[in-house]
Order: sequence, then structure tokens, then C-alpha cells
Amino acid sequence: MSALHLLASGSGDEFEAPGLHIFDWGPIFKDGPAWLEWFTKPTLIVILAALVVIVFSWRAFGNPKLVPKGVQNVGEVAYLLVRDQVARPMLGKDGDRWMPFLFSTFFFVLFMNLAGVVPVLQLPATSHIAIPIVLALAVYLMMLFLGIKNQGLVGYFKNIMFPPGLPKALYLILAPIELLSTIILRPFTHAIRLFANMFAGHLLIAFFATVAWWFLAEKLTPLGAGVGLVGFLMTIVMTAFEIFVQSLQAFIFTLLAASYINSSLHADH
Amino acid sequence: MLAASTNVLAEVSGNLGSVAYGLAAIGPGIGVGIIFGQGVQAIARQPELTNVIRQNMLLGFALTEALALIGFVVPFVHK
Repeated sequence: MSALHLLASGSGDEFEAPGLHIFDWGPIFKDGPAWLEWFTKPTLIVILAALVVIVFSWRAFGNPKLVPKGVQNVGEVAYLLVRDQVARPMLGKDGDRWMPFLFSTFFFVLFMNLAGVVPVLQLPATSHIAIPIVLALAVYLMMLFLGIKNQGLVGYFKNIMFPPGLPKALYLILAPIELLSTIILRPFTHAIRLFANMFAGHLLIAFFATVAWWFLAEKLTPLGAGVGLVGFLMTIVMTAFEIFVQSLQAFIFTLLAASYINSSLHADH
Repeated sequence: MLAASTNVLAEVSGNLGSVAYGLAAIGPGIGVGIIFGQGVQAIARQPELTNVIRQNMLLGFALTEALALIGFVVPFVHK
């Protein structure tokens, strides 16, 4: 299934907006063996993103010099960005110890997101909900484990449900809400936030691209050309906006992961 | 056709999912406006704390925005 084939899929006489089918990619090797069925475009993007992070980190930090040169320069700027904007403000003096995890999470998510604007790939892998779910689940399990390890099983839930210094009657309402929001809603919103942003963004770009393709190439009429031109310009504008949103969502995902880890390391309140 | 037989005050037609998303966007819209408005004000008052304020601003923005996004996703999931 090529991009052109997808864009022209509304082959009737009326314009058809792209729907959920633009996320539906079959196996890359259509007639390949059955054990290769998992190898679809999203999986390919995940593998590529992981490889890019590994190779980049290897080249940048594998053989560090006192005076940085070449890739190490870029690597150090990237490292400082995560350390000074995420790790240290969120985790304080524990921040540097968590840098390997936060650095790789940030760039893994960032590259998977940016695949949405890379020509040929043009699909953010995180717009498939399975991938944010796995990432959020990893952070969630780590949060539970660290919380129980550092505060004790009873102490952890006591700190969540009964933050000290409030009138007694308030705990009747507060305890269930806090429990619900920390244990159930946290991993849910953590995954949904990343997924929905990428999903909506990809749908928007695809919509404007389809408008441009339909009105400028498929059914070129004097009246429709204006609409097609607007669609074409909006595709460019939305692509720029998507690059911003993709970076911001990768950043926010890492920021929240750090904040969840911090809430387990120390009882805040 | 429904309005003809019974006395209907208001009828919702079209894609219910888009109507639901519109409703879901009201609250978070107000919330995000408040967060960035107050955040910019705080930065204007204390520019030396810009980094801390910006970071907390993004955190609050992410938590608020989740509601609107859930409203966007639910119609696709629940058909």
C-alpha cells in the first residue's frame, strides 16, 4: 500500500476524508512466511527508532574525549537538555542516577514521533496505542516497585491516600480520589496522552494532504483549485506544527515519567 | 421526521463523536487558557524563575489536556 494509493482510496465521485484505515498497515512482506506477519510498518519504525538511539548514543558516548568533537558535541547538548530540563528539576539529587533511563526514553519516543514527518515513513509509531501502553506500563511498574521498596507496602499506600495535615473529614473524599488517580488513572492518561496527540496529528496532516490531492490532482476544477491550494498550504503549516507537538509530547512523556518516579522515591506532601 | 410525530425540543444529528469531542474540549480549553495565562504572568513578574515556571506550566498543561484527548479518542474506541 503506497501513500498515493492511500490518498486516492476515495475513488468515488465525492471527496472522502481519510479515516481509521490510514493507520492500518498489513505485513510488509505480503507473501512472506507466516512467522514474519508481525513485521508491519509500525514495527519497522520502532526498530529503526531503537537503532537510531543505540547508534547515536554509541557514537556520542562510546569513546568520550575531554575536548568533545563531532557527534559527541551533539550528544552532550542532548544530554544536557534532558538533565537540566527534566532530571534535575524533577528528581533533585537523584536526577543524575536516572539519566540513562530518562535519556533513552526521551529519544526513543522522540524518534518514533518524528517518523510521522519523515518522508517515506510518514507514520508516528506512537499513533498505535500498543506502543505508548508498553512504555507507560514500564514506568508504572517501576513506580509501584520503587514506591513499595522505598516506603513499604503499607507506607506507600498510606502516603498516597492520606497526605498529612488535612481535616479528618476530608479524607473520606480524598482517599478514594487519590487512590483512583494514582493507581488507575495515571498509567491510563500517561499512555493516552502520547497516543491521542500523535493519532490526531497524523489524521490532521492526512486530511489536509487528501484535500490538496483531491482538489488539485484528482478533480481539478476552477472553483475547487482554491480549496486545494488552502489544503496544500495547511499541509505545510500542520507539518511544522506537528514537529513542535511531537517534540513537546516526547518531552512531556519523559517529564511525567520522572515526576512519577520521584513520587515513589520520596513521599511528597 | 422524529420532530413531526412527537414534540421534540432539540435534536442532535450528524456525527455524535464530533459533538462529544466539542463538549469534551470546553473544560480543558478553559483550563489550558488559565494555565498559560497565569504562567506567562508569573514569568513576567519573576523572569529569573522562568525555567521552573515553564516546567510546571507544561506539567499542568499535560494533565489538563488529557481530558480533551480522552474525549477525542473515546468515539473511535466506543462505536
